[in-house]
Amino acid sequence: MSAAAAAEPTFRTAGLTKVYGSGASAVHALRGVDLAVPPGELVVLLGASGSGKSTLLNILGGLDRATDGSFAFRGQDLSRASDGELTQYRRRHVGFVFQFYNLMPSLTAAENVDLVTEIAERPISAGEALAMVGLEQRIDHFPAQLSGGEQQRVAIARAIAKQPDVLLCDEPTGALDSATGIRVLAALQQINDHLGTTTLLITHNAVVADLAHRVLHFADGQLRETVINERRLGADELSW
Amino acid sequence: MLGPLNKKLIRDLWAVRGQALAIAFVIAGGVATQVMSVGMLYSLQETRDAYYQRYRFADVFAPVTRAPNALVDDIARLPGVRRAEGRIAAGALIDMPGVVEPISATVISAENGGRQAINDIHLVAGRRAATGRVDEAVVSEAFANAYRLTLGTSFAAILDGARRELTVVGIALSPEYVFALGPGQFVPDDRRYGVLWMDRKTLAHAFDLDGAFNEAVLLLQPGADPTGVIDRLDRMLRRYGGGRAFAREDQISDQFLSSEMDQLTTMATVLPPVFLGVAAFLLNLVFGRLIATERGQIGLMKAFGYSDLAIGWHYLKFAFSIAGLGFLIGAGLGTWLGREMAALFLDYYRFPFLLFQAGAGTYALAVLVTMGVTALGVSHGVWRAARLAPAVAMAPPPPPDYSIAGDWLTNARRLFDQPTRMILRRLLRWPLRAGFTVTGIALAMALYIGVSFFVDSMDHMVDVTFNLMQRQDIAVSFAEPRDRRALFDLAGAPGVLVAEGFRSVPAMLRHGHRQVRQGLLGVPAEAQLNRVIDAAYRVVPPSPAGLLLSENLAEKLDVHPGDRIEVQVLAGRWPRVEQTVAAVVKTYIGDAAVLEIGALNRLMHEGPVISGLYLSVDEAARPALYATLKSTPMVAGVTLQTEAKRKFDKTLDENIGRSVFFNTLFAMLVAVGVVYNAVRVALAERERELASLRVLGFSHGEVAYILLGEVAILTLLALPLGSVMGHFLALGLSHAMSADLYRIPFVVAPSTYGWASILILSAALAAGLVAWFRLGRLDLVAVLKTRE
Repeated sequence: MSAAAAAEPTFRTAGLTKVYGSGASAVHALRGVDLAVPPGELVVLLGASGSGKSTLLNILGGLDRATDGSFAFRGQDLSRASDGELTQYRRRHVGFVFQFYNLMPSLTAAENVDLVTEIAERPISAGEALAMVGLEQRIDHFPAQLSGGEQQRVAIARAIAKQPDVLLCDEPTGALDSATGIRVLAALQQINDHLGTTTLLITHNAVVADLAHRVLHFADGQLRETVINERRLGADELSW
Repeated sequence: MLGPLNKKLIRDLWAVRGQALAIAFVIAGGVATQVMSVGMLYSLQETRDAYYQRYRFADVFAPVTRAPNALVDDIARLPGVRRAEGRIAAGALIDMPGVVEPISATVISAENGGRQAINDIHLVAGRRAATGRVDEAVVSEAFANAYRLTLGTSFAAILDGARRELTVVGIALSPEYVFALGPGQFVPDDRRYGVLWMDRKTLAHAFDLDGAFNEAVLLLQPGADPTGVIDRLDRMLRRYGGGRAFAREDQISDQFLSSEMDQLTTMATVLPPVFLGVAAFLLNLVFGRLIATERGQIGLMKAFGYSDLAIGWHYLKFAFSIAGLGFLIGAGLGTWLGREMAALFLDYYRFPFLLFQAGAGTYALAVLVTMGVTALGVSHGVWRAARLAPAVAMAPPPPPDYSIAGDWLTNARRLFDQPTRMILRRLLRWPLRAGFTVTGIALAMALYIGVSFFVDSMDHMVDVTFNLMQRQDIAVSFAEPRDRRALFDLAGAPGVLVAEGFRSVPAMLRHGHRQVRQGLLGVPAEAQLNRVIDAAYRVVPPSPAGLLLSENLAEKLDVHPGDRIEVQVLAGRWPRVEQTVAAVVKTYIGDAAVLEIGALNRLMHEGPVISGLYLSVDEAARPALYATLKSTPMVAGVTLQTEAKRKFDKTLDENIGRSVFFNTLFAMLVAVGVVYNAVRVALAERERELASLRVLGFSHGEVAYILLGEVAILTLLALPLGSVMGHFLALGLSHAMSADLYRIPFVVAPSTYGWASILILSAALAAGLVAWFRLGRLDLVAVLKTRE
């Protein structure tokens, strides 16, 4: 990574606003968010339901468009990108991890990963990706044969196999018990450490914030507070 | 006041309106074909029965050469006979001013200007011919319309060689000529054939039948068996040149009417089940999905205290709403089609009126069948909804387990990419559903082939009949058998290129206890015009060694080449001989028992006589030849083969457009119904999956491939299956619709399979396009948060 690219934030937003509906029934999900996420950081987004964190993640992931303001990925403005351009953006640069895993039930663990590597430019193999999340023994299992935590780790392997520039995780541990959740977080942290993938993680669980380089606190559609962690904990040091 | 469940019902129906409508249309197809064919059958039956009864259509017909009028009383005294009449019915030619061709006609005597006791006519205009008036005639309505004859118009007729000027005094319809087919015609041609009713005395003079009749017509007592009466009648009339009496069911017009009704019956048995079977499958498919989607809601309603019965009834009402809509559309469409069909029938079947009245019973039957099929289709889904325990219902269903779909794809890692793997796994995971979808699409295709093949079949029939078999341009028949010298007289007439004599005699063929009445036809061994062909379309020359029998006759008599059959001639000296079946031959129209003409003459103990001539003529000399034929006294009938073929072709052409339209419409209804529902259900089931793929960076087209690739595979699988099913449906229908009058050859042109494929592919494409646009509206954000 060159010095110039390192200086460029991965994400930069200015006055990002999102309004659903119009007139009296209009809902302001984001009310002017200014943000810069440096590359390689693990960022945790905290806030109550409806605080705007998911909306922000969706816009940064190219799933939704802002009503106003601008959003740039590595200096490239994507606020006015077309559907096709957003699809290409997601395909090349973004890895997603969902709360409910969203695996294809008709594909095995390895095949779920291959689903993404087939359309990626510089992927690692499905075996490698699954090994990184500790699932090398389960590669030929179908989702119905895996536990929730295992399914989520397959989803993480799927997200990282294409070596994305950013990893967006929306409540990845929301559907898991604490022990399993910690294993999943450990996998995410390991990837951030080893691959330097800029990672944005939404959670309701304040404990998780201890993992982050940077913690963003949201309320009423606004970024209220940014905390830089002086000391980060390892996932195995967490408990809830 | 609408309860909350009913409000939910209405909103849910609205939410699936596209699919509901597609299913309703398939049901409508079934109901429409049922209402139309059963209703038409009912209307035809009612109309025919009323018409026959009101105008006292004869139960038995007994043609003779000449019998004294006094014999009628003896006939009337035969057991089982209610009433008898002796009449004069004969062939004649009409010479219409400005028309060069001779027109065939049947003239029938009318009793003393009053109503006929048997075979009365329905006067549309004017009056009956007055007693003693030699120049008055009542003409059949179709013929009058064809030549715009009105009361007072004059034309000439040639009765037994004598030309007479006639004036139209009445225009009539007759139960005897509902389907008025002239000699040698394949479809009614009103410009080439007419029926005249004239004064009895005039006809008696003209045909040298003073004090005599040449056909007895009988009404039987209710419940009397015509076979017994015919046996006694034949014995009584034998010495008057009779012995060929036949029942109403063998009368040509009635025969055609009956075969039309048989075809309607076949249609009513074949088409509606195809539609309704597909509808049941679609309801099953859509309901399976609906119940799966509403698991949570069902659990909630049960938790609130709604009973299993209430839930079951709720979903049953949902199904019946769709079925009810389908029934209404179908009943309306069927009634409209029935009315159109009745109007069309009146062009061919001459009734005083023909109203399409399906009758309450027809609609009631359609309601019952629709309800039954609907209940069958949704029973599984409704049962599942009713039985679902609330706690189970409210927990999300586990992800479908694909590990049971077979592991072979897992090993074949390099063979398929992941999207293709998803398509194949789904097919393997639910093979029954895939099988039903393929079958449904294939049925649509089969439906198209099964009804469209008639066009190919008719083309083939026309080609073989006119180009291989009956190659004469004109057939001339004599009133009486003539010496072979007549052949040479007419062979020298202007424009005659080839002339061949033929001899025909009525006969009864027997083999064991089976017997069939069939005329014998004698043709020269080296016949070039009227030829006989075998199953491989090779010409079979008449053999002095024996009889050539058509397939249908051989089947009826249960004989094979080499078998001996008894031939009882019903004319002349009534010879009875044994004959060997030399070969079994092909006929599409009517039956044939063919002999070498010399052999037939010897069998009859007569010299070289002929009943008529087949002519091949020079087109340019036709007018001169027609003039000669009109003025030749011995000519009783002239059949213009070329005209008959032309009319046949024209009738087919007129009907093809209509039939192609409806066949396409019906096949489209089924194909679109199946494909659209299959796509929509797949889309609903996989919405989350496909949206996830979009989030992962798959493009609209790549995601569409996963959804539509499955449909494409199913559609492609359906094409060969549909072709095979269509093949057998057509085969079955060609058998079911063949009658003694004609055989429907089983011929399906390659282009018919091609059109059927194009039709199915277009339907799939249309349904695919709808899915394509819906895929563009997938909510990508929702899938991140929702659990299935």
